Order: sequence, then C-alpha cells, then structure tokens
Amino acid sequence: MSDVLKTTPLCAEHISLGARMVGFSGWNMPVQYSGLMDEHHAVRQSVGLFDVSHMGEFRVKGPDALRFLESITTNHVAKLTDGRIHYTLLTYPEGTIVDDLLIYRFDENNYWMVVNAGNIDKDWSWVTQHATGFDIELTNESDRTAQIAIQGPLAETVLQQLVDRDLSEVPYYHFYEGPVNAVAAVVSRTGYTGEDGFEVYCASEHAVSLWRAMLDKGAEHGIKPAGLGARDTLRLESRMALYGNDIDQTTNALEAGLGWVVKFKKDDPFVGRDALLRIKEEGLVRKLVCFEVTGRGIARHGYPIANASGETIGVVTSGSHSPTLDKAIGMGYVDVAYSEPNTEIAIQVRQKAVAACVVKGPFYQRQK
Amino acid sequence: MYPSEYRYTKDHEWVKVEGDFAMIGITDHAQHQLGDIVFVELPEDGSTFSAGDEFGTVESVKAVAEVYMPITGEVTEINEDLEERPELVNERPHDDGWLIRVRITDPSELDELMDAEAYESFVEEESK
Repeated sequence: MSDVLKTTPLCAEHISLGARMVGFSGWNMPVQYSGLMDEHHAVRQSVGLFDVSHMGEFRVKGPDALRFLESITTNHVAKLTDGRIHYTLLTYPEGTIVDDLLIYRFDENNYWMVVNAGNIDKDWSWVTQHATGFDIELTNESDRTAQIAIQGPLAETVLQQLVDRDLSEVPYYHFYEGPVNAVAAVVSRTGYTGEDGFEVYCASEHAVSLWRAMLDKGAEHGIKPAGLGARDTLRLESRMALYGNDIDQTTNALEAGLGWVVKFKKDDPFVGRDALLRIKEEGLVRKLVCFEVTGRGIARHGYPIANASGETIGVVTSGSHSPTLDKAIGMGYVDVAYSEPNTEIAIQVRQKAVAACVVKGPFYQRQK
Repeated sequence: MYPSEYRYTKDHEWVKVEGDFAMIGITDHAQHQLGDIVFVELPEDGSTFSAGDEFGTVESVKAVAEVYMPITGEVTEINEDLEERPELVNERPHDDGWLIRVRITDPSELDELMDAEAYESFVEEESK
C-alpha cells in the first residue's frame, strides 16, 4: 500500500471549511469541521452534508449480470426491480465477510455495487476473479465517481430545491438517474446515519459545484458539513456495522446479525452458502450484541468484555459516547450464553471492570 | 492565550503554582485537539505521583488521552464538577476546567517546565 493518501475531489473544500483532516483507509478525509457533537446533532435535528466520495462503485453489465451477482452475494438480487437497492454481503467460502455493500439495479443487465473505500482493491480483485465464465463487463468507476450524502430530517427539503423530480415519491432504498443542479447524477434514498436522507452520486468533476449548491440551499435550514467522526457515532447509534470494526474476514455473516441478508433459498448457490448453512445448523458460538455502559467509563474498540466472575467472554468492536443518548454505548462479540438483552456484563476499561448491560438495539430509531 | 504565570509540559498539561500547592490541567491546544470532551477520570485524593506518571484520562467522543504529572506531588483535591460537566475542559481549559490540585514535593522540578512563550512556540513547531 502506498503511503500517500488519496484525496477526493472535495479535499480543498474541506480545508477551506476549516476541517481537521485525517488518514482513513488510505484516504485524506475530514474527521470534523465545527465539532463532532455539533455535526451529529445537526444530522439528527436538521441536516448534515458528508463527502463520501472515497466509497467505491463497480458497474456490472451484461446478460449474465444477475446470475453473477447472485453467485457472489448473499442477498436475493433477483428480487430487485429497476430503481431499487439492497444491502448485501460478499462472503468467503467460510462464510466470513469480504465486504458489506449496496447493489443498485439500473435495469436487468446493468447493476452497481457500492463498496467500502478501504476494500476497493480487495473487492475488485475478488469480483474479477469470480467473473470467469460469466458474460459480463465489469468496470471500476470508483475514481471517476463522487458521492455526497445529505442526511437528516430536512435533507429532502434542501435537496428538493436542486431537482425537478418530486422527492417525496422516491421511497427508502430506491434511486433514480437525473439532474441535480443541472448535473447528471444518481439520487438514492439511502444513508449511514439512521436518518432520512439521500446519497447523490455524480462525476468527480462536478462534485465541487454540487457540494457548494447543497451547502448554499441548506444554509437557511442550518445545514452543516459533517465529518467521519459524526458519521461513526450516527451509524453506531443506529446499529449499523462498520467493516473493519464490527465485521471483517474473521466474522461470519450470521454471528454478525446479518442473517436477514443471507438468502439460503435463492435459486443459485453463492460463495459461502454451504459454510453458512452449516453454521446455522450447528448454532452460533458468539454473537454481535449492543450494550450500554451503566458504570463510569467509555468502551472502545478492542477492550475485553467479561462476565460477572471476571472471565473474558468477548471483545468490543465499536464503542463511543452517544451524543443523542448522552451515555456510553457499544457493540461487541460475546459468547452466545451472554447475548440476551438485559444480561449484565463488564467492559475492561484499562485497569477497571466497568458495568454494562446487553440491550436489544438499535440505540436510536428515528420517528417515521 | 496561555497565561504567563503558568508552566507547561510537552504533553500539553499546565501547572499553576499557589504557594505549596499547584493546580494542574490540560492546555487549550490539547482540548482543541481532542474535541468534545465527554469523560474525565481522575485519581483519588491522597494518591501520590512522580513527575511523568499517568494520573488520569480525558476522553472525547472519539479519543482517549492520558494525562501525565508535570511535577511530583500528592493529590489534595480533584475537580468534581467535571463528573457532571466534562465539557468545562473544552470551554475553560485554563481555569474552571482544571483537573487536580496537588501538594508540591520538589519545587525545583518547576524549572524543567516551559513558560508560556516557550510553550506557544512548541505548539507552533509541533503543528507544522
């Protein structure tokens, strides 16, 4: 891997907005602008704007596109119709996770896979290796595609001013292709914050004008640019997994609580199906759970989880102070015996065992 | 920005001497680097630490920072307001956001620390 950080087309915008930049999965990204809490609350209460151009986009085209995607992903791609999106996984033969991603169906022979920034190279070699024998054309469009996420209860109001289409008619996990501020774009009602909102994709050269237009139209609604810091606390409150923290090549899809996107009954077998079926039949050994810290302290990634007798029963995969709930929350893998809600556990915070309790999750759910 | 009567460490703590005692906190630069502070863990009254020992942690939403003793001393008081209002460290790092008060063991250790001017240049140099 190169030491030079990659930049998105919006890098200069972030710096001029006073962002603090950090290296994240090989990218130079804004971690915060006005402050993490301020940005977090803006997204929950009004609207926030995120540069997520580091995410990857692979185009899958051709007569075998559907069959190919069915063979490498766990969700049932044939259930998608034009203009619809679903969350899914690429899995290894062992049932562990290559990446989590979204699939967009443009038409029956034309799809997009939207993958995590840190996994673009790994995923690209994975999909190309598995493409043998399929009549498809694969294109890595990541470098030429920018993505801006506008998230929060006022996201629709702000974005509506830049598009002709009535956005109230675009349901959750649907998208369309059309102009945004006179620029060709893909408008998708999706996000990683637990709020209503959109993810808008455009060609890299138009990212700056689109970013500025959204900030401009959002000004009267209190829009705030938001960084990776707020993105992480928002997704954690909504119990969304982060690849590299909560899920990775060592965690299987079922123990990660992602069985809802593993469709054993779809027609074609997929990579990892047999292993996942066996895991399902044998039962889980550990499970990814949500917990609240009831004692004094904050759980962090990698801290051990113990039972009442002090024996280690798991590990924290994500942990933070929750700005919305004003308490310490987290997720982690625990032995199944301790995975039921209301189970008392302890987080080993430096030299101290701090009391915590398994909860159902998500920690936050927006009012619909 | 940095009070001229205070002394400073390279780990971004400050010391304010009051007779035989000293107040200790983290600098404005340190709180700014950490971001929104949500949790402060401090030692018990009566504990003693040598210069350079870790005596507590200051946590923001995303980060954990250890704080180190600028001088040797015995803790005589901790800032109890921080339990309810850790954000004081962000808002008033050089006064209301203080962390601990100690009885100074060896006043000569203070000579090892930076004055405000030296600390300001140190921060500038560090952020280059």
